[in-house]
Amino acid sequence: MNTQAELSAEIEAISKEYDASGAASDFRAETDVRLDYPPYRSSILRHPTKAPQQVDPEGIELWAPVFGQRDVDPLESDLTIQHRGEPIGERMIVTGRVTDGDGRPVRHQLVEVWQANAGGRYIHQRDQHPAAIDPNFTGMGRCLTDGDGNYRFTTIKPGPYPWKNHHNAWRPAHIHFSLFGTEFTQRLITQMYFPGDPLFALDPIYQAIVDPAARDRLVATYDHDVTTHEWSTGYRWDIVLTGSHRTPQEGDVE
Amino acid sequence: MSLVPTPGQTVGPFFGYALPYDGDSELVPPTRPDAIRLHGRVYDGAGDPVPDALIELWQAAPDGAVPRAPGSLHRDGYTFTGWGRAATDRTGHYQFSTLRPGGGVAPFAQPFFAITVFARGLLDRLFTRAYLPGTAPAQWPSLAARADDRGFVFDIRLQGEGETVFLAYTAP
Repeated sequence: MNTQAELSAEIEAISKEYDASGAASDFRAETDVRLDYPPYRSSILRHPTKAPQQVDPEGIELWAPVFGQRDVDPLESDLTIQHRGEPIGERMIVTGRVTDGDGRPVRHQLVEVWQANAGGRYIHQRDQHPAAIDPNFTGMGRCLTDGDGNYRFTTIKPGPYPWKNHHNAWRPAHIHFSLFGTEFTQRLITQMYFPGDPLFALDPIYQAIVDPAARDRLVATYDHDVTTHEWSTGYRWDIVLTGSHRTPQEGDVE
Repeated sequence: MSLVPTPGQTVGPFFGYALPYDGDSELVPPTRPDAIRLHGRVYDGAGDPVPDALIELWQAAPDGAVPRAPGSLHRDGYTFTGWGRAATDRTGHYQFSTLRPGGGVAPFAQPFFAITVFARGLLDRLFTRAYLPGTAPAQWPSLAARADDRGFVFDIRLQGEGETVFLAYTAP
């Protein structure tokens, strides 16, 4: 098993190669995560080796599934009230706006989140990290965006946790986000991080986005206007999906 | 206005308690007379099954209509929402109970199952299509589902020999 120093040297080498390419006249900043990123060991056998086929979306791909009040109870957006007692940790609100690449709000669409508890432990049975399970925290929530594309969750700030990518590997604290747009092509699953995390430089999943500005788009901002008096801290994180190929019409969503 | 999209990240290893839900892969009850099964295995570059992948399905109704009804997360057993989700099992197998998708409007007349693939180790989602037998474009033989006794089989190879064709959608 590699040490963090060896792993960090791999990350550094890829980063330097990317920075050097910035001098080329045909340089275009990478805005996506790389699929082929060997420092994340599990990706080695799980990334396609062929470039994706460029296609125009057609038929069903120009539409997204519809979710509505039948699907999501408004209480599901509060991850701190799913059990009898209060979960342990820093209560926080995370809110933001989901838009498409043209800045149009993604209205009344499903947002799902899942995360570790304050001690960095997932409720998932395969998480063997010897940190306490919080009986009052499951770490899963859902909501629908409002008429202006806004989402809002109340939760507990997740802790960092160890994993087995290399020796002494730790993931920066994060919340997993799953998003749908107004068409199938906009489907996104990603992770939201917290500002100033000391683990950023060490983490091969975060660093698989090799462009620093692109990586920054996954980092929430502390927002005191979201923080509420004597109740919770507040973070803001806006999400941009890709552009929509179709002009949204009345009746696209419920 | 053109905004830069938020990058993706892997679904990770611990989605199993969060994303799957009761009835997720049953777009229609499997006992329905016209129910079909769409199923297959997900393989990695060593040919080993991927037991921690998540497959999502989005498709037209048998008459070609685009489903516009909510209710995928709490199915009523009657409404066809066109969308479902299936985690792979320990053998890398996924399955959906659904209906045969109908044709679209020409020139997009070939119906297909629109498929999204997520997995631990896969840093971003992959899009692909499973075409009904005999309808896949000639240059994409890996996108042809094959018929079996109750529906269609569509295996997904993330890497290596027989690698599935994955799609990137052109910018609007």
